[in-house]
Amino acid sequence: MTFQVALYEGTGALPLENAQRSAILRELLLKGHRVSSIRTNGSVSRPAAGALLVLGKFEQNPPLSFDENSISVSFVDVGGMDIPAIANLVEERRTLADAPKPGAWKPWFPVIDYSRCTNCMQCLSFCLFEVYGVSKDNKIQVQNESNCKTECPACSRVCPEVAILFPKYRHSPINGAEVGADDVRREAMKVDISALLGGDIYAALRDRSAKSKSRFSKERDEERAIKERMNCLASLSKTAGIPPEVLAALPSPQEILVRAEAAKAKADEALRKAGLPA
Amino acid sequence: MKRIVYCHCSFARVLDPAVKAAVLDGLAASEHAFDAVPDLCEMSARKDPALVQIAEGEVTIVACYPRAVRWLFSAAGAKLDDQRSTILNMRENSAEAVLGELLGATS
Repeated sequence: MTFQVALYEGTGALPLENAQRSAILRELLLKGHRVSSIRTNGSVSRPAAGALLVLGKFEQNPPLSFDENSISVSFVDVGGMDIPAIANLVEERRTLADAPKPGAWKPWFPVIDYSRCTNCMQCLSFCLFEVYGVSKDNKIQVQNESNCKTECPACSRVCPEVAILFPKYRHSPINGAEVGADDVRREAMKVDISALLGGDIYAALRDRSAKSKSRFSKERDEERAIKERMNCLASLSKTAGIPPEVLAALPSPQEILVRAEAAKAKADEALRKAGLPA
Repeated sequence: MKRIVYCHCSFARVLDPAVKAAVLDGLAASEHAFDAVPDLCEMSARKDPALVQIAEGEVTIVACYPRAVRWLFSAAGAKLDDQRSTILNMRENSAEAVLGELLGATS
């Protein structure tokens, strides 16, 4: 169920004071509600379905509620109500409408700039969290946004075309700023994350896995292994800007290997279907 | 008259709060109707059908980088027409510059 608020100041309603209008809008936006400010000029979008709560200082008593098509419209006169009371009322109505609570998830996920993307599938091969998938026409796409790890922009760093952006990232051009010639040059020179792990990320993971098994069987030096892993993660964190908590949450090397091979197989299959070399 | 959509980027701290507040105040003080959305990224991730409706008409979107906004809409299956849409960037521009362009362009 979708839930939307309209702050109505059209015919049949008294205008709000500018400061009050601003304060209501700001408070409801902060709480994650979408609000249409309806005035004498311009137009706003109509909800396609769900619940619409209309707030205003009405000259006459409005109907309590009515249904129109698939929209349930209700009215509340907010004359004399303060901002917290209005915010509470909206929250109550959202709950009654059985609409999801806004703000439960920080919307952090990759967005593909298809004007730059060459469908090379490196992002699909790289991501261990199945954020990426392939469309029916074998085009790379973001399929599981909520799988993405907050603040982790790592896949954008392996993209050779600067085609992956994270709008909430701090720095250009990953944040969506226009890509300049310098950015493209830098991308060509940037540290390849796979090189950090010794050239071929999959071979490196296999080697690490084999070495750690061998070392544990010979020395059983867990402390040393943990120290080495921490050093490796610290260097990855520093070079690639991957938050330590994301690295700390990574699965075991064996599990990474399994996931990486599955992702690579998916990418290879998509490339094969598209008639491109894997 | 173009429709106006204002994004508050409520779930992150990437926009200067002073710029957001000044733009919202300026917009609220004008006579223009507008849609204020908490976060376009979140709407894009949900594939909110409202984005398709917004993209259908002439629209001025007040948000962040135009490249990000265009591809966020595209990700939700809503293609913004370059000729019929204007994107104003609160991440790079001052509130005065945004409001000047916004209220001048829509009147």
